[in-house]
Amino acid sequence: MIKGAIVGLGKMGLSHAAILGAQPDAEMVAVCDASSLVLNAFKKYSQVKTYSDYKEMMNKEPLDFVLIATPTRFHYPMVKLALERGLHVFCEKPFSLTVSEGEELVRLADEKGVFNQVGYHNHFIGTFRELKRLLQSRVLGDLVHFSGEAYGPVVVKEKVGTWRSKSEEGGGCLYDYASHVINLIQEIIARPVKASGTQLKRIFSKSVEDAVYGTLILENGLSGILSVNWSDETYRKMSTSITVQGKNGKIICDATEIKIYLNEPVEKEGLDKGWTIKYITDLAIPVDFYLRGEEYSAQIDNFIDCIKQKKQTDYNSFEQGLCTDKVIELIIADYKKQ
Amino acid sequence: MDKVLFGDNQFFAVNHASDEKARAQSIRFKEDSAIINVIDQAIDLGINTFMCTTHDRIGNICDHMRANPLRYKDFNIYPCMPYAHKYANAVTELGIMGTIKQYVPGNVFGTFAKGGFAFISKDFKSLMELLIDAEMKMFRGIKTPVIFIQNVLVDLILGLKMFEVFKEYDAYIRKKYNAEPGYITMNMPALLDALNSVGIENPIICSSINKIGFRMSGGIEVYEKYLKEKEFRPVAMQVLAAGALRPEQATEYLGRFPKIESVLFGASSKSHIEETKSLIETHCK
Repeated sequence: MIKGAIVGLGKMGLSHAAILGAQPDAEMVAVCDASSLVLNAFKKYSQVKTYSDYKEMMNKEPLDFVLIATPTRFHYPMVKLALERGLHVFCEKPFSLTVSEGEELVRLADEKGVFNQVGYHNHFIGTFRELKRLLQSRVLGDLVHFSGEAYGPVVVKEKVGTWRSKSEEGGGCLYDYASHVINLIQEIIARPVKASGTQLKRIFSKSVEDAVYGTLILENGLSGILSVNWSDETYRKMSTSITVQGKNGKIICDATEIKIYLNEPVEKEGLDKGWTIKYITDLAIPVDFYLRGEEYSAQIDNFIDCIKQKKQTDYNSFEQGLCTDKVIELIIADYKKQ
Repeated sequence: MDKVLFGDNQFFAVNHASDEKARAQSIRFKEDSAIINVIDQAIDLGINTFMCTTHDRIGNICDHMRANPLRYKDFNIYPCMPYAHKYANAVTELGIMGTIKQYVPGNVFGTFAKGGFAFISKDFKSLMELLIDAEMKMFRGIKTPVIFIQNVLVDLILGLKMFEVFKEYDAYIRKKYNAEPGYITMNMPALLDALNSVGIENPIICSSINKIGFRMSGGIEVYEKYLKEKEFRPVAMQVLAAGALRPEQATEYLGRFPKIESVLFGASSKSHIEETKSLIETHCK
């Protein structure tokens, strides 16, 4: 049995804890959080050991891995200590607040030879996997343009918030929402190398942006747009989509369906001229335990499997998480320049 | 329970196959009267149970029912709590304590006057009861013989292995509301084992049941085994697998499991309601 612990029991941490609890190859032996409310619930209702100090937990417990789901500004010291202890680490997104810290962690993970993963769960959604596969198979021919979008109703009123309303702690729509879209673009199409025309707009928040708009230029020269807004009440929950336009047509992909329009058929893929729609019902990755979406379990299964098989992940390595952090820095620099 | 339970996803822009269809639904059901019209059509077709989430707008539907007691005298609502996105978005924005402060009725410190925060952070049972009461407020005066907890919460508790929480929920629903507790889950076999382990026997469990195994975690084989061999009261949902199955195929499959007590489905047009209801009644006897 692979033994692990969770640091940070907010929305994601609790969800990871439940998924780990149901994982047949892993045992969650301890949890750590600053809130006595949450720790008391674990003390009362579960067998798991509770800690309020992650250092003490990492010192005392015989762990194989830790899962870190704290506010972003804590990622660096916590991941660093875990790596120094030789533990495998799953870290929530975004990976780090500064590129220099992120680079140090990537180097350290590499030196220690431990398995590492960042929580960009969209890569475990079957439709986005299918989009990547279709682009690699060049069904659209030469690419012309892309747009990466995400909308949702996180901040829909003016009020006092948590760490998510402080940019220096990794709050704001860019770190929280746009990072998902940037990461999808970087892994599915190509890595962004330049940002331009960036607009960071405040709608309700006092000190962070609620929307991110701008252009990204990728390493292969392709340009496209980023359009992300977490103050959009027309969406019931976060809705992320990628649209790619090529000389042979267009693909629109979100978490529930992938819509393909081709000017000319692509026989090797069995795709006709005109529209083809594929649904998540056919593309979902099967999981043994479901909470909020197959992707949340599938990413944990992948991490545990990497530890078991002793292989580094193809999805969401620290290095890939760092790449997203670098693009976030490019976007901020572009905005400040204006 | 009735054989046919009418669901509410179509009214609140929940569509597991398409965000675009979901938006079209949210436009169509902008006015509460549009929802009431469809419910009335379902009633005229002989459907007497509405299974719905504790969405704010359901409160308005309940107001309408209370104002027209004769029209709805035989009508039951099975509430499903909580409306998770409300809390999930609040936790992202306000944190866990902030969310409790926002949704526990009255002032938290007033509610738990004696011990203040120290008390609330230990007495989870009272906290749960307060939150249940807050969610149930909108249904006062309406028959709610079965009260469900939503899958996101059931499956969270299940994964955390905090099974005693189910026991406390079960006892409170029976005692305070004189109703049968129900559980919605995406992990039916694991949940039934968990409920049995804390002495909850023959529970009402609502889970995905469809021919292609969509959202049947752990695999379709173990679901079928449980449907054939175990003692519980299954309610089938997602029977059309988000539109991947035709109603005829879907209900024929359900017919293979006589234990299925009820089938939950949602539809927006009279002809769809009529067709699905009649298929369920033909295949699931």
